[in-house]
Amino acid sequence: MSILVVGLNHKTADVDVREKIAFAADEIPAGLSTLKSITGVNEAVILSTCNRVEIYLSGAGSDKISTGVKDYFSALRNIEREKLEAALYMRGDYDGVRHIFRVASSLDSMVLGEPQILGQLKSAFDLALKNSSSGIILNKLMKKAISVAKRVRTETKVAENAVSIGYAAVELAKKIFGELSDKVSMLLGAGEMAELAAKHLTGFGVKEVIVANRTFERGCALAEEFSGRAIEFSQFKHEMAKADIVICSTGAPSYVLNKSDMEKIMKDRKKRSVFIIDISVPRNIDPAVNDIDNVYLYDIDDLQGVVDSNLHERQKEALKAEEIVKEEVEVFFKWMQSLDAVPTIVALRKTAGDIRDEELTKLFNKLDGLGEKEKKSIELMASAIVNKLIHPPTVALKSDDEDRDILIAAVRRLYGINGDMK
Amino acid sequence: MTVFAISGFTLHTLSILMRFIQGGHMPVANLHEAASLFAWSVVIVFFIIEIKYRVGLLGAFIMPMAFILMLSSSILPREINPLSPVLQNYWLWIHTLLAFTGDAAFAVACGIGVMYLIQEHFVKAKKLGGLFHRLPSLRVLDEVNYRLITIGFPLLTLAIISGAVWAEGVWGTFWRWDPKEVWSLITWFFYALIIHLRITAGWHGKRSAIMSVAGFVAVLFTFFGVSILLKSIHEFK
Repeated sequence: MSILVVGLNHKTADVDVREKIAFAADEIPAGLSTLKSITGVNEAVILSTCNRVEIYLSGAGSDKISTGVKDYFSALRNIEREKLEAALYMRGDYDGVRHIFRVASSLDSMVLGEPQILGQLKSAFDLALKNSSSGIILNKLMKKAISVAKRVRTETKVAENAVSIGYAAVELAKKIFGELSDKVSMLLGAGEMAELAAKHLTGFGVKEVIVANRTFERGCALAEEFSGRAIEFSQFKHEMAKADIVICSTGAPSYVLNKSDMEKIMKDRKKRSVFIIDISVPRNIDPAVNDIDNVYLYDIDDLQGVVDSNLHERQKEALKAEEIVKEEVEVFFKWMQSLDAVPTIVALRKTAGDIRDEELTKLFNKLDGLGEKEKKSIELMASAIVNKLIHPPTVALKSDDEDRDILIAAVRRLYGINGDMK
Repeated sequence: MTVFAISGFTLHTLSILMRFIQGGHMPVANLHEAASLFAWSVVIVFFIIEIKYRVGLLGAFIMPMAFILMLSSSILPREINPLSPVLQNYWLWIHTLLAFTGDAAFAVACGIGVMYLIQEHFVKAKKLGGLFHRLPSLRVLDEVNYRLITIGFPLLTLAIISGAVWAEGVWGTFWRWDPKEVWSLITWFFYALIIHLRITAGWHGKRSAIMSVAGFVAVLFTFFGVSILLKSIHEFK
């Protein structure tokens, strides 16, 4: 019985390969049943996201299975075999399980610690359950992967602190203003970056958006998008008294706002705090503005610095997470081993033999005056009963039937043979 | 942490009660008792603010303050002094409770002011390390700081008035420019200034935080300095 991961991700395959291989949600049921029909495959789960397509399989004979899966891909997606082979990775057993745990815990993600992957894994598992393509091994594996991911999230800080410019800006705004719902944000210039940043902030619910752009029409269009209000660019210093969060990217070659302008604005707004994000290069706002009380000015490099240090923190935490993964892989394999037929048969025989010996001793103590011959006969009879009783389960356990894993698990539970994992 | 704070507070309450029973009057007769009661009031105000606003890490700033107060209390002479019978009436209770809760509110405001200054420094200097993530937002700190000042200020006002009325009953005059009275008045003016500047000139945030720390220095001087350095009729013996 082995576990196999076949897949490709953002590190091994370009987007043109990934999009070719990727499964649409409605393609997955058919995919699962085709995969199950490959010789040797018992169970299958398909995980398909923008950054990765992975197939998790359990079955017998990894080599046969992996060829089968490659054939399946190249037939299904009409992709050159060479290109496909270059992009695909195969990880069996220990490496495979470790890989799945790392994926679930977002240690293998493009953005370390991003939270979506766990949800995607859960729905991949749900789909497999619905199509009954996941059985005793993959059920356990998927559940374990989800619990490992949760453990990583609670025991390490691998998913904490913003690692994109947009989120870093929002996080800062929240540390300055607490809630954003009563805050007014202003866009100076209507560049793409400004739009993106504004989308983030409005996503967190600022009260109002004011747009000041050199081309008034473009400003109006953008204002409409955020159901905000457009103003003439020449008016922005006047209107800035109302703005708590200012996002600036005018594309001007020099400063459009200097310290004395800002001091005047602060007087007008009664020194209420203001957070200014200058994402233009060259910078559009004099850095000296940051020296004014209650003014917090961040340029693009400052924000990048925040992101970098947060990412660095996450990487440090990832080391702790790797340890957790390693630990949990061991636990999983203990369980896998317990599913092996031979030790189970040995344990079953031992249990039966122990019971027989115990009962015989009790009996011989009770009945005095038995001769050696009688004793021998009784022993033979006891052994015959025990052997006949455990013969059919032993045969079943030794068989290569599909449901052997279930039988092993059942026998271990019925006879109280330990080594089972919760 | 919380468990320790609550059990410490409970034991402290018991010790104050025992002293009260033993001495037969409110335990504010000497500096040992006053400092101990001060620490106790600070912890009460801390609990209230913690329950109402859940200001992250506040305990880390307030508990050391309570600890220093308790430490200074424990090194001061701790025998129970008799309290002049003329002082023992309900004005003792009114005046003391007002003064101690007012001062405690200022103490917690000072702790929050310090937190504000630290967090403000992080945001301004763009150093966003671990503590930055754990400290609350500037807005919350500023608001709770001001809230405490607006609670402490009327309490201080009433404490001064009740003290004057009490003095009139005991010593026959409302006001005699005793150092304690003078320094209370200075403290009162200082906090009045904080509130005034905030309303009229928008002094909030960093400036307000600095003022609330400075104001508490005045409170401490009125409380300890006057008793130790200056001669006052109102001293804790």
